[in-house]
Amino acid sequence: MHKIINDPANIVPDALRGLAAAHPELRVDHENRIVVRGDAPVAGKVGLISGGGSGHEPLHAGFVGAGMLDAACAGEIFTSPVPAQMVAATRAVDGGAGVLHIVKNYTGDVMNFEMAAELAEAETGVAVTSVITNDDVAVQDSLYTAGRRGVGVTVLVEKIAGAAAEQGRPLPEVAGVARKVNDNGRSMGIALSSCTVPAAGKPTFDLPDGQMEVGIGIHGEPGRRRVPVAPAGEIADMLVSPILADLDFTGDSGVIAFVNGMGATPLIELYVLYHEVATILGKAGVGIARSLVGPYITSLDMAGCSVTLVKADDEILRLWDAPVRTPALRWGA
Amino acid sequence: MTGTVDTAALTAWLREFARLIGDNKSLLTELDSAIGDADHGVNMHRGMTAVLATLDAEVPDTPAVLLKRTGMTLISNVGGASGPLYGTAFLRMATAAGNDASLADGDVAKILRAGLDGIVARGKAEAGDKTMYDALAPAVDTLDAVLADGQPLAEALAAAVRAAEEGRAATIPMVARKGRASYLGERSAGHQDPGATSVTLLLAAAAITLPG
Repeated sequence: MHKIINDPANIVPDALRGLAAAHPELRVDHENRIVVRGDAPVAGKVGLISGGGSGHEPLHAGFVGAGMLDAACAGEIFTSPVPAQMVAATRAVDGGAGVLHIVKNYTGDVMNFEMAAELAEAETGVAVTSVITNDDVAVQDSLYTAGRRGVGVTVLVEKIAGAAAEQGRPLPEVAGVARKVNDNGRSMGIALSSCTVPAAGKPTFDLPDGQMEVGIGIHGEPGRRRVPVAPAGEIADMLVSPILADLDFTGDSGVIAFVNGMGATPLIELYVLYHEVATILGKAGVGIARSLVGPYITSLDMAGCSVTLVKADDEILRLWDAPVRTPALRWGA
Repeated sequence: MTGTVDTAALTAWLREFARLIGDNKSLLTELDSAIGDADHGVNMHRGMTAVLATLDAEVPDTPAVLLKRTGMTLISNVGGASGPLYGTAFLRMATAAGNDASLADGDVAKILRAGLDGIVARGKAEAGDKTMYDALAPAVDTLDAVLADGQPLAEALAAAVRAAEEGRAATIPMVARKGRASYLGERSAGHQDPGATSVTLLLAAAAITLPG
């Protein structure tokens, strides 16, 4: 294990101390392990909260700031935060217009946020609405399973709903925007290596040289199947084809195309992939309206990537272009 | 309701469960690495260490208060899916325990049944989903049946542990339909479920400590 850590047990609090030092514009509550926008609560604005296991940086704390999240709750590595954290965050960002919880569809996250929403409403009377992201086409959506995982689309939901909240729109509308982005978003990922959870000290699964996992999530879990490593063009096809098969992405407004790195894959490879993705989309008659390329929702030191497409409309693009000022995403402000 | 199972016995149960979780931390994490996210052992250990700290500080007067505090401690310290599931189970056990200072044999079965119901309400698991339910449900059924047969608690809990072990083994060929393992589809088959494994430890700890 080659890691820059002190004690594996303290990686989350140690990283939060670093985040606090690097970003004095944010407030870090070390006791509750929550990161809060410096000027929260913003009076009259819907508060946006997300959170989840750590190890996906910059998601979620890197997206706290004007135009995006009001607070993020950091769990242990790959482990959902606990309800007390979400309740503390809800109190911290309640500006009188209610609070939106953005939750990735994982059993633990959903259950902890569910308990937190019940507790927050009972204890504080704040109106809480939850939107669950579930965009991973690798998982067959079925009533009999935990359902599709929430992955790449979560970044875009946080940005776009965050812009809607910043405009002062009411909670049902902000939640509606978040749901629209999720419903119009699909993702698929591959891994070229596993990742090492510091407390475990060794890779979560063995992946022999020359093999890759197709249909992975963001927790170092194996994917749906294992195949020989392929050239970028074929990888792009493995990622984009199931996405296009799942939803009709043709339309006048095009898509937001997001190529994400899983943590250990360099940006140059992500651009190699982006070119292949753009070529496939062009042949399929799908226009690209906006793009995002980089490691934004990661899985520790996993090598690999994911592709997320969101079918755009005027509202989505306007909100996407709106100013955002966070540690990891920043434009127009 | 009064009987032989008092807060001292329940404290011994929780301490033994914490010890078994500590001894099996690596095993639980290893099982979770195969089909989940490699954190079940670490999370349960963190939660039960926090529970031990509450026991060291003070042992409440009634089973209900002790069980409720244990549930809240687990919810606040475990995270993941296990925190709400084990936490809800202990909160439901607390409600079912009433306000008396000790529990009769039948009450032990009653609180474990309430805990199982809490897990179902929170996690919506059914038989065959490859979860803790698959070990706990047959154990609770067995406990009821053996006690109804007029056998003492020690016998009934021993039989319940055997039922849990069989249920745990039965998760190996199952294809997961709940939790993170469900994302693996058919590839989740051939692995023992970590939650079914830890809940079997909970019953094993009960069989050692509760009959006195």
